[in-house]
Amino acid sequence: MAKRIEIESLSCFYGNFKAVEDVTLSVEPKSVTAFIGPSGCGKSTVLRALNRMHEVTPGAHVTGRVLLDQDDIYGPGVDPVQVRRTIGMVFQRPNPFPTMSVLDNVVAGLRLNGMKTKSTLAEEAERALRGAGLWDEVKDRLHRPGAGLSGGQQQRVCIARAIAVQPQVLLMDEPCSALDPISTLAIEDLIAQLRDQYTIVIVTHNMQQASRVSERTGFFNISGVGQPGKLIEMDSTHKIFSNPTEKRTEDYVTGRFG
Amino acid sequence: MSTPRDPTRDRTPAPEGTYPGVPVHEEPEGPPPWDRVVSATDRMPSTGEGPGDEFSRGGRLTGGKSTRFGDRLFRGMSVGSAAFVLVIMAAIAVFLIWKAIPALNANEANFFSYEQWFPNGTPPMFGIAALAFGTVATSILAIIIAVPIAVGVALFISNYAPIRVAQGLGYIVDLLAAVPSVVYGLWGYIYLNDHIKDTSAFLDKYFGWTVILSSNSGVGPYGRSILLASVVLAIMILPIVAAISREVFLQVPTDHKEAALALGATRWEMVRTAVLPYGRPGVISATMLGLGRALGETIAVAMVLSATFTIDWHFLSPGGNTIAANIANQFAEANDTGRGALIASGLVLFVITLIVNFAARWIIARRKEFSGAAS
Ligand SMILES: Nc1ncnc2c1ncn2[C@@H]1O[C@H](COP(=O)(O)OP(=O)(O)OP(=O)(O)O)[C@@H](O)[C@H]1O
Ligand SMILES: [Mg+2]
Repeated sequence: MAKRIEIESLSCFYGNFKAVEDVTLSVEPKSVTAFIGPSGCGKSTVLRALNRMHEVTPGAHVTGRVLLDQDDIYGPGVDPVQVRRTIGMVFQRPNPFPTMSVLDNVVAGLRLNGMKTKSTLAEEAERALRGAGLWDEVKDRLHRPGAGLSGGQQQRVCIARAIAVQPQVLLMDEPCSALDPISTLAIEDLIAQLRDQYTIVIVTHNMQQASRVSERTGFFNISGVGQPGKLIEMDSTHKIFSNPTEKRTEDYVTGRFG
Repeated sequence: MSTPRDPTRDRTPAPEGTYPGVPVHEEPEGPPPWDRVVSATDRMPSTGEGPGDEFSRGGRLTGGKSTRFGDRLFRGMSVGSAAFVLVIMAAIAVFLIWKAIPALNANEANFFSYEQWFPNGTPPMFGIAALAFGTVATSILAIIIAVPIAVGVALFISNYAPIRVAQGLGYIVDLLAAVPSVVYGLWGYIYLNDHIKDTSAFLDKYFGWTVILSSNSGVGPYGRSILLASVVLAIMILPIVAAISREVFLQVPTDHKEAALALGATRWEMVRTAVLPYGRPGVISATMLGLGRALGETIAVAMVLSATFTIDWHFLSPGGNTIAANIANQFAEANDTGRGALIASGLVLFVITLIVNFAARWIIARRKEFSGAAS
């Protein structure tokens, strides 16, 4: 069920401001791809363009194509709602619904898909929570508010919520940036397990994390304030971190930025 | 572990490091945004957790800092104002009760079950039953009509309309909320009364079996009825409920809305999963404000109702009365006992309002941990 993503000359705009210019890359199925780069270079923007969340921002639009196994998700007649049901997303800040219990949070997507039977929902929730490595921690408090968990647990609830609907692709925007090292490790382990089933794209500021979890890495950069971000280089993670082709990539990954 | 300090003596802020055992406190964080939202519109149900407590807690925690002049001034002012309000409230209550007691003693009828109102007669006989019934009936009907529409308007403005339309519409709603009630009363009496007769006849024909949507004869006459008063009240409170609900819906964090959208929610599903549950306490508070205004509305109701003193469940028939309207109608001609009786009825209205507020508080508190204020 994991699918390949091909991005073809994608540019992203916020109103008239071009935030990202001419990105072309491909994401392999059943693998983890990392996006790295300095702040403001458009990593989140590209990521959000992959499940049509970009256009949720008023005035935002894209040009170019994003193919999900041949199908252009920006093609005519494509329903963004369907796209988002196929491509799950985990945000930088844990955002469980505060008005729902842990269980209701995890099955929120399934409910949207029309699943109603209580017992099925409970089974699916358990499966998703086990998948997110959270079951043992929350099995006694499934009916407590989701917002009452720790930050790391909340983030894993969000991951469980995203994988409960069995998406074909999972997008993660700095999923560990608000978490402590132990929760981070738990989520990295989780990503390592999920890669067998899902296509994963992860944005991270943490080089070690990128090199630990991903097979391929894309480096984005921005030439100045107000300039659009660009994809500088995309290659196997090993190559990006040991022997990149571009000088700018080398400067960035070795910390000689600027 | 800290040396207790006498705040009245120790006025200068302690220099850092003077008390090694006392950690240097950060400024207490203000209430987080959701708390602010809820409490701004929702003062009544947030008692116990509201910003007021937050402040006083902060004051105690920061010990040394509260001796700064600005803090002391602020503290004095807030304590003073709070005390002032309480004293005024108590004075009014005492005055009202003191005025009502002689009339209640002179009353020959049971105040709570008697329906008629003859406080000026000999012997004086009056009861609150019909008035209280009319008050509650018109207000609840008004809420039932107004709240769904108001929430719809608020949702449209906050989540559907393009920005320009939303601004224009929001402005109009705010304007409507400022129209004086006597204008609504005039409009209800002169215009709406004629037009509600046809609607009433229609309702009576098809929904008469519900009793409340029928006239006591089954064929009219219609108009100047509880229904008319309710519709006028509904139109009156709609902008208030809509304006507050809109504010609450606008405060729903983008995070939650995007969480729903990213799961593949349509716009309406996003509203249902993220916006409505989050806004629920605010909408309840807005409803209670509207209900409060409807319960106490005087002149508009006095103008449209043809006052009768009976409990009649046929809401389409002319008649009915409310406590506030009755006070306006009778006060001028009332003698001492009559005024006392009206004051007693005012106290009943006060109690009804209190009950409504406590009910709302209870509803909100029941699911407090799921309100979004727990995150
Ligand atoms: N909602 C928005 N409206 C207008 N401009 C935006 C918006 N969001 C982002 N931008 C702009 O788009 C550019 C790319 O932003 P983006 O958030 O994609 O960067 P990023 O690489 O994810 O940065 P970070 O690492 O800090 O998260 C920036 O110049 C930013 O100012
Ligand atoms: Mg980002």
